[in-house]
Amino acid sequence: MEGIAGRRSALTWAVNITVVALVVIWLVPTLGLLVSSFRTPDQIARSGWWDAAFPVAQSYRGQAPLDGMKEEGGKYVLTGNLLKNGGGAISAFGVIGMKPAQFKAGTTGQMRGDQGTMKVMPNGDYTVTFNEKPDYAPRIYYQAKTPPKMTLQNYREVLFADGMQQAFFNTLTVTIPATVIPILVAAFAAYALAWMQFPGRGLLIAGIVGLLVVPLQLALVPLLRLHQDVGIGQSFLGIWLAHTAFGLPLAIYLLRNYMAGLPRDIIESCKVDGATDFQVFTKIVLPLSFPALASFAIFQFLWTWNDLLVAKVFLPANTGTKVMTVKIADDLLGSRGGDWGVLAAAAFVSIAVPLLVFFSAQRYLVRGLLAGSVK
Amino acid sequence: MSPFLQGLITICLGVGGCVAYFWVSNLVLDRVIFPARGRDPGRNIARANMVRPWLFLFPALFSVTLYLVYPVVGSFIRSLYNRDGDVFLGFGNYRALWGDDGFRTALLNNFLWVLVVPAGATFFGLIVAQLTDRLKWGAIAKSIIFMPMAISFVGASLIWKFVYANNAQIGLLNAIRAFFGATSPIDPLQIPFWNNFFLMVILIWIQTGFAMVILSAALRGIPEETVEAAVLDGANPFQIFFRIMVPQIWPTIMVVWTTITILTLKIFDIVYASTGGNFGTQILPSYMMQYMFRDDGRATAIAIVIMIVVLPVMIYNIRQARKELD
Repeated sequence: MEGIAGRRSALTWAVNITVVALVVIWLVPTLGLLVSSFRTPDQIARSGWWDAAFPVAQSYRGQAPLDGMKEEGGKYVLTGNLLKNGGGAISAFGVIGMKPAQFKAGTTGQMRGDQGTMKVMPNGDYTVTFNEKPDYAPRIYYQAKTPPKMTLQNYREVLFADGMQQAFFNTLTVTIPATVIPILVAAFAAYALAWMQFPGRGLLIAGIVGLLVVPLQLALVPLLRLHQDVGIGQSFLGIWLAHTAFGLPLAIYLLRNYMAGLPRDIIESCKVDGATDFQVFTKIVLPLSFPALASFAIFQFLWTWNDLLVAKVFLPANTGTKVMTVKIADDLLGSRGGDWGVLAAAAFVSIAVPLLVFFSAQRYLVRGLLAGSVK
Repeated sequence: MSPFLQGLITICLGVGGCVAYFWVSNLVLDRVIFPARGRDPGRNIARANMVRPWLFLFPALFSVTLYLVYPVVGSFIRSLYNRDGDVFLGFGNYRALWGDDGFRTALLNNFLWVLVVPAGATFFGLIVAQLTDRLKWGAIAKSIIFMPMAISFVGASLIWKFVYANNAQIGLLNAIRAFFGATSPIDPLQIPFWNNFFLMVILIWIQTGFAMVILSAALRGIPEETVEAAVLDGANPFQIFFRIMVPQIWPTIMVVWTTITILTLKIFDIVYASTGGNFGTQILPSYMMQYMFRDDGRATAIAIVIMIVVLPVMIYNIRQARKELD
């Protein structure tokens, strides 16, 4: 091993650099969204989000008022400051609107038709010298760097003007019952499949595995029809039922795998002591299965929160019941297609809660994934 | 009544109802139908224990049957009828689909997605899992690469809109092109054929974290001796990885691969939110949404086609699961 020590450290470097590159690639798109959501439309239009920390060059139009004009040696001189209300440094100026950056700041420029000269300093001080007495206040076009500015305007607009607030609560309304209800139903079924002996058990487990992959697309038309026939129609009740049932195969599968791995001794000694299955389940298995219950709850929460398909089909398509994904995909992308700041803020509002859940409960999520697919 | 309040009541009713159902049905079974007394208490207990699994299973099986098994049959039957559901067409909807250019594009694109996305996500997942394993800051790197899993497909599409935007001031991709001297921006989502791959990148970006988590656990499960023996025999790191480690976790790689394949076949959100299926990016699930609410016969026929495409993976999964049970 001694002989290849040098190569080993080179390899470590290569590994570190590769991982840094991958992490950057994975993080940058989300970072771009976050940064963009705090920028004003002007800034988004003029510079990329990666330049958000730097000043933006922007063109302005100013005017040199005629009051305070002085006569000096047959010429008429106007002085003043363009940046009275603050602002960054002027980089260039011009005498016509077509060319706002014709002359560099600090130099002297000729006005059209030999009217005179104009000079603008970076700090905004200007001197306009006319050959003849002017009868109008001259315009000064200039380019100034505006300092970077972060704003919550996009969020205000999205939440209060675009109805995202309502959509947020609708998403919450869909998600919570659809996460809580399947857990209990699935837990009982999982216990039966893990610890009770009965004919057809293996077949049922295989059936659940099969149902895990049934495309939801199949369920849409017949179930909507069914909901309409029994009077549920497109409503919150309908989507709760649908999400509950669609989540069950995964719930049963995850919980069964976990419960089947619980130590046999505990369960059998309880049964010897005279506990019924119901007691074993509620007193022993359910508390012990908490990690699996938590993983499933997180899965189901993320899934229902992020869902677009089921919400589009099982909820009515009016503003009062739109969830955030539908709102973004159907409303904002259409009507606000070019309004990048608002789009970014909307997207961030919709992914903030899942990200929060994700980072606070990552442990359970990982455990659930492992229980779900590796044996 | 506000929907939120309605939700709270539903939670109470749902949870309370479930608890009540399980508790009462058990009580009835033990006390009323097969009480553990009388002439032959043993036989009654045995009988009760034969019924009890079905009591436990009933609510789950009932809803799964109604919401997932029945629709397979229901969708198939519906797909044999016309738009309004009153004229029997036989396989007319399927024939019409086959004759439709849009359908063939969608089918072809779907196959591309299934070829590229699982392969890409599994590959990157495997690489990241292996590389981060020995790093001090590996856990943070993993967290970041895992993060897109929490983001909705719609959200992810929007995030990538800021990468693909047809404007060098907004789209990162065009900014990079401009940096290298390109004069006019392009719209990656409108380049025929290749735009599909730009959309696939989004799903790979999301799914790599999933592959990474599972493969990383599998890599940790590899017995140390096998790696040590290879090191002693003078194998280089690449040989160790590809010849020693990958073959040992191959079954797990297959699980990851099939799981992502199934997901890929069902996702319509990315195409729907990014291009709306325009510019030749349609895939079957998004193609189906075009007909949803307009022509249920056609929509269900597409759903059945999706089911048929998923079927081989489904059968493979069931086989694997049965093998594990035995």
